[in-house]
Amino acid sequence: MLAYLTGRLAALLPVLLVVAVVVFMLIHVTPGDPARVLLGQDATVEQVAALRHEMGLDRPLPLQFALWLGRAVRGDLGLSFFLHLPVTTDIVQHAGPTTMLSLLGLGVALVIGIPTGIVSAVFRNSWLDQASLALAMLGAAVPSFWLGLSLIVLFAVDLGWLPSSGYRSPGAGLGQSLHYLVLPALALGLPNSSLIIRFTRSSLLDVLGNDYIRTASAKGLPRPRVIFRHAMRNALVPILTVVGLTFAALMGGAVVTETVFSLPGIGQLVVSSVLRRDYPVIQGVILLVATIYVLVNLAVDVLYFVVDPRVRY
Amino acid sequence: MKAAGEMAAGAPAISPALRRRRGPSALLWRMVRRRRIVAVGLVLLLIVLGAALLAPQLAPYDPVALDVPSRLAAPGAAHPFGTDEFGRDILSRTLYGARLSLAVGALVTVLVTTAGIAVGLIAGTNPRADRVLMRIMDGLMAFPDILLAIALMASLGPSARNVVIALGFVYTPRIARIVRASVLVVASQEYVEAARAVGAPVARILIRHILVNTASPVIVQATFITAYAMLGEAALSFLGVGIPPQIPTWGGIISEGQVYLRQAWWISIFPGAAIVLSVLSLNLLGDGLRDYLDPRLRYS
Repeated sequence: MLAYLTGRLAALLPVLLVVAVVVFMLIHVTPGDPARVLLGQDATVEQVAALRHEMGLDRPLPLQFALWLGRAVRGDLGLSFFLHLPVTTDIVQHAGPTTMLSLLGLGVALVIGIPTGIVSAVFRNSWLDQASLALAMLGAAVPSFWLGLSLIVLFAVDLGWLPSSGYRSPGAGLGQSLHYLVLPALALGLPNSSLIIRFTRSSLLDVLGNDYIRTASAKGLPRPRVIFRHAMRNALVPILTVVGLTFAALMGGAVVTETVFSLPGIGQLVVSSVLRRDYPVIQGVILLVATIYVLVNLAVDVLYFVVDPRVRY
Repeated sequence: MKAAGEMAAGAPAISPALRRRRGPSALLWRMVRRRRIVAVGLVLLLIVLGAALLAPQLAPYDPVALDVPSRLAAPGAAHPFGTDEFGRDILSRTLYGARLSLAVGALVTVLVTTAGIAVGLIAGTNPRADRVLMRIMDGLMAFPDILLAIALMASLGPSARNVVIALGFVYTPRIARIVRASVLVVASQEYVEAARAVGAPVARILIRHILVNTASPVIVQATFITAYAMLGEAALSFLGVGIPPQIPTWGGIISEGQVYLRQAWWISIFPGAAIVLSVLSLNLLGDGLRDYLDPRLRYS
């Protein structure tokens, strides 16, 4: 187990290094001089040169990278161009809504995806199966931001049941917070359930074809018991993988969904930073998100290893 | 719908060469007979393609012409999809939006396929390059798609060309991985060894023997990438970091309509439905292709 963990962690290092290089290079592939962009066209050559020096842009690229990486590893992502606040502070301030939205979105995707996938597999080739697969097909084609707007038109504008935008922190009352997050979570969760539906279906179908399932049915166990006690336990193992994959899609999707519902999260931070060309913030956010994503997938793999004793590397 | 496993039993053994001689129309026809849902995908795709190509003929109005007196008009006889805050016809804007959306989807696919095949071929045939290239591909895949695209757009600046470049970066690893995996499988086959033994030039082996056999999974993935790219472009333009707003794009129109959601839902809803239709058609086609060209049938 320990050997496996160290092996996996060691394999992550090159990936994280590439992630860091890509993030670092973002500021350097910009057409034009970042210092000039920042100061505007009116700045003098001396001012630009001074800022270049201050930002370290006049040093050799590998040295800049090493210094930047050294600071990033210690949690120092620099100061934002716009507010001159530490990027980490900026991210922490915006992390709450995104975390809530991602988790609730994952909840929605699982609550819809797994039961629908089970129904689809158990009643294979029936109209229920067809309907489930059609739902999965449609879900994969719907942009979450557009679904969000459609939900607003239906549930906020026409019916007036739910608020169309805004955010309440769960610290100030969970009920109120959820009230504001229902529509965003649906907009994010529904499209992401389609992968889970398909995965649950095929995973369960694989398991249902096994001899021990036939044995369980043959000895007269009721069908629900066969499916939930015998089949689902094994079918859930591969589904873990898809949960990890979905998580990445969710973090990306949350960024877009937030802007629809005016949630003050990481997505709004990124989009407004792009418009202000505030590179340190953009770099900090995507470095953090990519690292979280890599670690979540590691966690999923480790869990896989723990849950299924047959998996050995 | 049937699972791939069931198709295996009934699938006739047709060599790739024979299939090519029958032409793509015969292939499509057989796919449609196998799974009728593919026909739905094809028809939808033809509709979207037709709308894009014939936009100037089909559009009842100029997509950028202002007509303030009829601003925010509800869908009706004069404006089937209604008008926006400047009185611009949403139907006409949606039709013109199809051009851009499809063009971005197609260009990204061409870019990604070319780059992905190049990277995959090099990695699959050269172990030393493999280690470096695949670590880079893994690194690129560690970012959520849309977030990497947004960050790249921040550096490149908003324009249609840069959207293609950014999405090209994001999706290249998917093709590269598939090509590499196929190359590794195919390159160890006896017929490749035979070709090498009789002294066929490396380039010829790569193209005639190896690349041809990686075509099926690449075609399937390319179909899905076109769909992803169209969704990606829409998201970028919706966020205002993609194609500049003076050009009508589906994402851009939806974003403009967001402000008027309470008075004029039609501005945002119709272009979004166009996105759903296009992506759905490509996914249906990709699914059909995957069932038909299932690489597991080929390599088993």
